[in-house]
Amino acid sequence: MKNDRSRPAPSLANPKRFLEIVHVILPWVGTLAGLLLLGGFYWALFEVPPDYQQGESVRIMFVHVPAAWMSLFVYGLIAVSSFVGLVFAHPLADVAAKTAAPLGAVFTALALVTGSLWGKPMWGAYWVWDARLTSELILLLIYFGYIALWYAIEDPARAGRVAAVFALVGAVDLPIIHFSVNWWHSLHQPASVLRMGAPTMSAAYLWPLGIMALGYTVFFIWLWLLRIRTEVRKRRLRSILLQGSTG
Amino acid sequence: MTALWALVVRDVRLALRAGGGTLLAAAFFATVAALVPLGVGPDLQLLARIAGGVLWVAALLATLLTLDRLFQVDFEDGSLDVLALSPVTLEAICAAKMAAHWLTTGLPLILLAPVLALLFNMNTEAYGVLLLSLGIGTPALTAIGHIGAGITVSLKRGGLILSLLVLPLEVPIIIFGAAAVMNAADGGQTALLLLAAFSLGAVILSPFATAAAVRLNLGS
Amino acid sequence: MALEGPNGAGKTSTLRMLAGLLSQAEGTIIFRDGDGTIVADGEERSRLVAWLGHQNGIKAQLSVAENADFFAKLFGAGGYAQIIQRVGLGELAELPAAYLSAGQMRRLALTRLVLSHRPLWLLDEPMASLDRSGRALATGLIEEHCASGGIAIVASHEPLSLASAKLVLGS
Repeated sequence: MKNDRSRPAPSLANPKRFLEIVHVILPWVGTLAGLLLLGGFYWALFEVPPDYQQGESVRIMFVHVPAAWMSLFVYGLIAVSSFVGLVFAHPLADVAAKTAAPLGAVFTALALVTGSLWGKPMWGAYWVWDARLTSELILLLIYFGYIALWYAIEDPARAGRVAAVFALVGAVDLPIIHFSVNWWHSLHQPASVLRMGAPTMSAAYLWPLGIMALGYTVFFIWLWLLRIRTEVRKRRLRSILLQGSTG
Repeated sequence: MTALWALVVRDVRLALRAGGGTLLAAAFFATVAALVPLGVGPDLQLLARIAGGVLWVAALLATLLTLDRLFQVDFEDGSLDVLALSPVTLEAICAAKMAAHWLTTGLPLILLAPVLALLFNMNTEAYGVLLLSLGIGTPALTAIGHIGAGITVSLKRGGLILSLLVLPLEVPIIIFGAAAVMNAADGGQTALLLLAAFSLGAVILSPFATAAAVRLNLGS
Repeated sequence: MALEGPNGAGKTSTLRMLAGLLSQAEGTIIFRDGDGTIVADGEERSRLVAWLGHQNGIKAQLSVAENADFFAKLFGAGGYAQIIQRVGLGELAELPAAYLSAGQMRRLALTRLVLSHRPLWLLDEPMASLDRSGRALATGLIEEHCASGGIAIVASHEPLSLASAKLVLGS
């Protein structure tokens, strides 16, 4: 693919400038994340009244639902970064996608585990092939495949581009997968009342849920920036070493 | 056109010759299908109920086997370079290879499936739907697998990661394909239609995605 | 033109870049003809190149004739019987390529150059595994190609006798 490299790169793309910015904002982002998460946890655990149907176990929702949102949100970020990397050859796009993936996978796994724990008192079993959890499981497999690709291909530049193709194909397929799993679920359990629904959202639940979602997001951004910084440094080190050896 | 046809013929020839994979995929299909009753017991009613699902999963797994040959061998012996420089576009080459792969992997599976359905005591009215669903769905298996093959073309032992990449993406095929057979009694038409829609989309888009992946892997 | 230099100097990469098989990190590659008009740049360059790399691009499970037939059909050439004879594989036409020696396989790969009917030949170590008559054959083919208006760029770590121009890498 022949890209037009004459377009000036935006300032964030220049790694040195980017690192400087990150260095400044990182502590603030981290503090904000900590405050939001702590506040959210406290609120969810102690202040929110127990649900009349689910009792105390509804509190798992405050960990599970934001995690599920993040799992999709991060994949969306990876898809966008992949697109930008392929089409515009933005130098940080690869790094952004690569570093976000393990974080997304962890959120997905968290959603699966908490979803399973949440479901046990309601359904009597840890795993009942609920449509949404099944979709999350497939998403986790896609994350694994994406991460495995990065490890398998040695040249980071090529790995980035090829992984980007996979991420975009996955992004196109994911809504279809989601639809097909829902369809499959309704097919096999027509009289299903086992819907993992959050209880009808009253304001009492919405606020702490929102805080937790925001907290997760900021926490993710903090971790993401950290990982990007580490990766950029790693690559600089690698190129210095390479240059040194051919001197 | 002659060039593309020559490519299809070449790939079919290669697949049919020793070490080509056609027999391998068919044998694997049969083996997996035969193993399941050994695992769950010879309860004919149970087997009849799960026949559609089992055969579909077995077909999917068997298709995976021959996928990495699509590009890997050409990459290793320099043929991919030749193809890349030929008068035919890479997208057309991918389409031709897809066709050859389906002819030598998908088609044998379709032909073998009714025989295996016998092992499962499948209901007679489901046979037609089984063939139809496989006929519609196996091109999609080839198409999606093809993209995976293009992505992993430069990997030495790419087969395993190819499977990991391709399997989650093929979930809709399994769901619709198996559902069509399992619900053959009441028509299963919705499932077939959904399968056909997915298949059509996959077959059309696959050459473009695959060509992009191959180009990136070649370094051009 | 001969492209010379020690191993690792970048001869293969240069040839691949000219062919369009490898993207250059910087700059552009343009083909011009004798009076300077641009003939091709970008992706169209590939259509003008006949490539012979380190590997032969031969399918071992297909016979000599089947391989040549594929090349002929792929590049829209006419028959392959003549060139098969020319490279000395006429009697072995029905034999699976797996039974050929390395030198014979290289000769079979040479047929592709002629069958592709393209003006620019890019050859990476074409003489590898060829015996004396094989080298004479290859040299003859290159000479004929250049005499009829074609160009050949040959990468080699040994000097070539027929080169009219030379570029040395890695000094």
